[in-house]
Amino acid sequence: MDFICNFPFFSILISLFSGTICSVLPGKAAKWVNTFVIVLIGAMSAALLWYLLGTGESFVYMMGHFPAPWGNEIRAGVLEAATALFFCIVMLLSMWGGRKKLMEEVEPSKHNLYYILVNLLLSSLLALIYTNDLFTAYVFVEINTIAACGLIMIRQIGRTLEAAVRYMIMSLVGSGMLLIGICMMYDLTGHLLMSNIQESVTAIIEEGTYVIPLVMAIALMVIGLAIKSALFPFHAWLPDAYGYSTISSAAILSSLVSKGYIFLLIKIIYRVVGFRIFHDTHIINVLFVFGLMAMIFGSLSAIKENDIRRMIAFSSVAQIGYIYVGIGLGTQVGMLASVYHIFAHAAGKALLFIAAIGLTDVSGFSRKFIDLTGAGYRNKIAGIGFTVGSLSMVGVPVFAGFVSKLLFAQAAVNNVGKMLPTLIALGISTILNAIYFMKTVIRIYTPRPDAPYESVAIGKEKLYAVSIVLFIALNIMLGMSSQPVVDAIHAGLEMFG
Amino acid sequence: MGANLFVNYGEAVAAVLFGIGFGNLLLQKNLIKKIIGLNIMDSAVYLFLAEKGYIIGRTAPIVTGGVQSVEAYINPIPSGLVLTGIVVSVSVSALMLSLTIRLYRRYHTLDLDQISLMIKKEEET
Repeated sequence: MDFICNFPFFSILISLFSGTICSVLPGKAAKWVNTFVIVLIGAMSAALLWYLLGTGESFVYMMGHFPAPWGNEIRAGVLEAATALFFCIVMLLSMWGGRKKLMEEVEPSKHNLYYILVNLLLSSLLALIYTNDLFTAYVFVEINTIAACGLIMIRQIGRTLEAAVRYMIMSLVGSGMLLIGICMMYDLTGHLLMSNIQESVTAIIEEGTYVIPLVMAIALMVIGLAIKSALFPFHAWLPDAYGYSTISSAAILSSLVSKGYIFLLIKIIYRVVGFRIFHDTHIINVLFVFGLMAMIFGSLSAIKENDIRRMIAFSSVAQIGYIYVGIGLGTQVGMLASVYHIFAHAAGKALLFIAAIGLTDVSGFSRKFIDLTGAGYRNKIAGIGFTVGSLSMVGVPVFAGFVSKLLFAQAAVNNVGKMLPTLIALGISTILNAIYFMKTVIRIYTPRPDAPYESVAIGKEKLYAVSIVLFIALNIMLGMSSQPVVDAIHAGLEMFG
Repeated sequence: MGANLFVNYGEAVAAVLFGIGFGNLLLQKNLIKKIIGLNIMDSAVYLFLAEKGYIIGRTAPIVTGGVQSVEAYINPIPSGLVLTGIVVSVSVSALMLSLTIRLYRRYHTLDLDQISLMIKKEEET
């Protein structure tokens, strides 16, 4: 086994340890440790991705000294490495873009605590991506929830505290269901490692005994994770949590935390249950219907919103719906579209949040649309960033969102039974997206004659400008050269199944 | 069907407790009662696991008196899972309680709906 096979384990461990170290460091040092760790893990994931694309095979890494049916394992394939790399990039850029705001909104004595939470979040995300053990996945799901809750409540105003409580309640309902589902699965199969469970599940289905408890266990796990990733009827906590927390938190929560759960769900579908068996259980239709509803109702709520950040948050509900529709289509192409949309949405939504804060800052810190008039002229780089993010979310060619919509449409055409509802919902949702995003873009580029607010020069906030430019580059790169990314996702999904 | 329910009464109790906890966590207005519901729900899962790991007539998997045969002990893995789960649920409960204290100090009520109303009023003024 090559030395590079240690990298998944190292990256989880490094981010966990750096979280511990940050607790005794002053804020500034913690900031540097955090940046260094994210860059290092990103570089390691890139090297791992390169290695895996070269060998074309996934590998299993044994944790501790006990072999397969007893011990704990890490598994890495192309999709895992690519997701880890992408999460690191988005996290780093979100931290850069929100740094100035973080300094203003969080008490100076608590700055190092913020970096602890970010490091813990990264390690739990990496563990969710790489683990091959269901119970380990549950433990890291909870760590992820706790870290995310900390990220929401680190800015201490009434709204964030309430949002944090609501987030915790909904998350705990979800993780309770996930936990009982995992326990039932363990009870039925006698294993905790994903590959062993899959063998037993296949045997159970073939024998025809205990099929109903098995479907129940699968349903509990899937619905638990769907609740945690804010699928449509369970999104009540989301607008406040994304709308009022400090901007780095909002960007990270919307683009990474919910995606971590969805990645785990995809892993469970492929590696624990098996794609074919999952397809035959009809749970897939439930996800499909709720996904369709999320696409439309999320967009409608966003149109009604008069607060730019809550509008972007509601747009997340709709985008999560897209991902679940892709899963619900029950084809390989649909799954590919979902995974691509995880990337496209993470790049677009983080950019929108970071750009929105630049716009509200030059509008007297107001989030109301009436005050945002002409904000695109006052903070040029934020205006451009917001426009690019909006175009990407609407699905204009050149940007990332277009490719994912194209993939969804292709996947829908491949599935005869679900083609019509998917295409209709896709069309309606795209029009609704265009209405609320273009309304905002037109608003920020409408000149304002009385000019009550001051403009900000691009050179004044260099780190912010750099993060927005890199986000724009990421969006265009995903949109223009989508083929290598799609190929990599395809190879990764092949390794799963 | 009914006979199975009677034989596996431990699991049946666990399922009922899970339902009680789940309902309380979702439906109670009072934050403390919600947290109690969460703990009932988690305990139900641990009861389920412990019940599944127990084999009648065997003892805890700690070697005493030189008995090394596998036949003498119960399955240790569910017990390990219960311990891990307890650690997780303790930390989550602590976090929820600390959040509740924060909210109570600020708004002097434990009712989440009232807190929402007060926050809205706070912002309007």
